[in-house]
Amino acid sequence: MARELPYIAAIAEAIREEMERDETVLYFGQNIATSENDPFLQAFGSDRVRVTPISETAEIGMAVGAAFAGFRPVVQLYMAEFMLVAMDQVVNEAPRFHYMTAGQVKVPIVLQAGYGFTAGWAGQHTGTIYGMFMGVPGLKVAVPATPADAKGLMTASIRDDNPVVFFHHYLLTLEHGDVPEGEHVVPLGRANVVREGDDVTIVGIGHMVGRALAAAEQLAGDGVSAEVIDPRCLAPLDTETILASVAKTGRLVVVDQSTRHGSAAAVIAAEVASEGFSSLKAPVQLVCALDATIPYSEPMEAYLIPDAPKVVAAVQQVLGEAPVPA
Amino acid sequence: MWRIRAFEERVGQLTRANEVHGLVHLSAGQEAIAVGVCSQLRDDDAVYSGHRAHGHAIAKGAPLGRVMAELMGREAGLCRGLGGSMHLVDAGHGFLGATGVVGGNVPLALGSALAARLQGSDAVAVVFFGDGAVQGGIFVESVNLAALWRLPAVLVCENNGFAEFTPRSAHTTVERVSDVVAPWEIERETVDGNDVLAVRETFGRFLARARAGRGPFLLECLTHRLGGHYEGDPQLYRQALEAEEWQELDPILRLQRRLGHGGFEHEARAEVEEAVEFARASRFPSPELAAGLVYA
Repeated sequence: MARELPYIAAIAEAIREEMERDETVLYFGQNIATSENDPFLQAFGSDRVRVTPISETAEIGMAVGAAFAGFRPVVQLYMAEFMLVAMDQVVNEAPRFHYMTAGQVKVPIVLQAGYGFTAGWAGQHTGTIYGMFMGVPGLKVAVPATPADAKGLMTASIRDDNPVVFFHHYLLTLEHGDVPEGEHVVPLGRANVVREGDDVTIVGIGHMVGRALAAAEQLAGDGVSAEVIDPRCLAPLDTETILASVAKTGRLVVVDQSTRHGSAAAVIAAEVASEGFSSLKAPVQLVCALDATIPYSEPMEAYLIPDAPKVVAAVQQVLGEAPVPA
Repeated sequence: MWRIRAFEERVGQLTRANEVHGLVHLSAGQEAIAVGVCSQLRDDDAVYSGHRAHGHAIAKGAPLGRVMAELMGREAGLCRGLGGSMHLVDAGHGFLGATGVVGGNVPLALGSALAARLQGSDAVAVVFFGDGAVQGGIFVESVNLAALWRLPAVLVCENNGFAEFTPRSAHTTVERVSDVVAPWEIERETVDGNDVLAVRETFGRFLARARAGRGPFLLECLTHRLGGHYEGDPQLYRQALEAEEWQELDPILRLQRRLGHGGFEHEARAEVEEAVEFARASRFPSPELAAGLVYA
C-alpha cells in the first residue's frame, strides 16, 4: 500500500523503520532532538539518538569509529556544505578503511546531506556538490528525486556495509508523492527510466529529474519523444541503463544542477562518449549550472541554474533543430 | 621494548636496502609508552595510532611477521599490502587503526568508546597521537565531545617535542599538552614517557577508572624520538643527542639498570629475523587485488 507523503517525511520514515528493525542503527546530528517530545528521542532514547555539538569532524569521525564496532550510524548534517569542514573523515577515513585493512573492518554509515537550496540561501548553503564525492573510491552517493525513492534509497543506504552520502534536495523537501508503506528498498546503483521515449535520452539528476520531465512533456507537444532517466545513485553509477537508452535514441542531454566542470554530468557524458560513441548521432549536451557561486538575488539565481526551457533548447540542439550557439 | 627497538632498527636497514619501499616513520626511543600502555589492554580494547604506528601495533599483539610482511608489501601482511606502514590494522587484536593524517584518529577512538558503552562492555578505547596533533581543530572537537559524553577513552599523547620537523615552541605557546585540556577538567597527568614503569602505573590507574565507566582521561608522556620524522630524514633542524646523554634517557637501558637485568635483546633480534624471513617468504599480492576491495 502506498500513500502520499512529503519527501522529507519519507526519509524520516525510512530512518525510523530501520531503527525499529535494527537496534545497531544510531542517529547523530546537531539539533536533531530539540525537545524531550521529539518523536525519535521518545521512540529510541538518548543512547541511540544523539545530539551533537557543531563539530562535524568529531561527529562524523565518531560515527566511523562506532561503525567499526558494528553500529550503523546515520549522521544528519542538514547542509551538504557542512561536510566540507570534515573532509578528512568523509573522504580520507570513512571510505578508505575497508580497503586499507583488506576488509578487516566495515564502515556502514550514512551521511544525510541537504543540497542545492536555491531559495535565497546564497553562496555557502546552495551548492550542488555530489560530484565531489562520486570519484572517491569506497563512497556511495545516493541522490533521490522522489519521495518513494527517498525512502527506498535511505533504507538501502542504512543497510549497506559502505559509507553512503545521501544527498536530498532542499527544494524537494515538501514535495508530495506516493510512498510505499512498510519495507521499501531501492537498491543503490540502479537507475530508473522514469519516462520512455525514442528520440532523445535526457538524464536528470536529483531535483533536475523534475525539470527534465517538464521539458519532456513540452517536447511531446512538439512531437519529440524524450526518454528520461534518473540515475538515483551516482556511485556506483548505472551506466548500463544510460548506454542502453542512448543505443536506442542516439542522443543524450544531461541535466545537473552542479557547475559543469567536475560535475556528475561531465562524468556521464564521458562514459557515454567512451562506451557508446557509435550510438551517438549528435554531440552530448550538458545542461548545468553556470560555473559560478550561487548568487543571492532571485533573478540572478534563476539565471544560473538549469530550467525546462534550457533543457528543451539542448534537446532541440541534439536533434539538429537549433543552431549551435556562438 | 626490545622487540620494538629491534624491529624498528631492522626496518630502517631494510628501508635503506629498498626491501621496504614505502614511507616509514620509526618509533625507536618511544617504546616505553607503547609497552606501558598496551601491556595492560585486552583484545577487545580498541587502540588507534597515527603514522608512527609499528610499536603500538606490536605492543597490542600484532604478529611481528605479519607487520613486517605488510611493510614489505606482501600478501601475508596484516592488510595484504593494501595499507602499509601508516595504515597498519589488526582488528583481531583490537589494533584498529593507524591513520596517516595527524589527528584523524582521535574521533574514531571516541566512536569505539561509545560503541563499548552502548554494548554494555567494560572495554575502553585508547588513542596515541603526537604533540603536533593537539593544535588541530579535530583535537579540540574530540576532547569536547569525549568530555561531554564522558566516554571511556584514554588519550595518550606522545610528546617528543617535535611536530614533524619543527619544535613545539614553533607551534604553540602552551608547553604542556595536559594544560590544553584543562578547561574540561579531564583527569590528566604528565609523566616521564621514557620510564616504562611510570607510564604503566599512571595508565593503569586511568584504565581501571575507564573500565568502571569513567572518562575520558589524558596521559601526556614526555619522550624523545631517536630518529628523524621519517626514515631517511637528514634532520638538519636539530642536533642529535650525545651518546652518553641518550644512554641516560633510553627507556630500555633505564629499565635494565633498574632491574639489574641484561634484557632480551638477543631473543628480540632473533624474533625480528624470523619475521623478516617470514615476510620474504610471502609472495607479493596479485595486482588485481588492488581493484577488488573498494566496496564491502
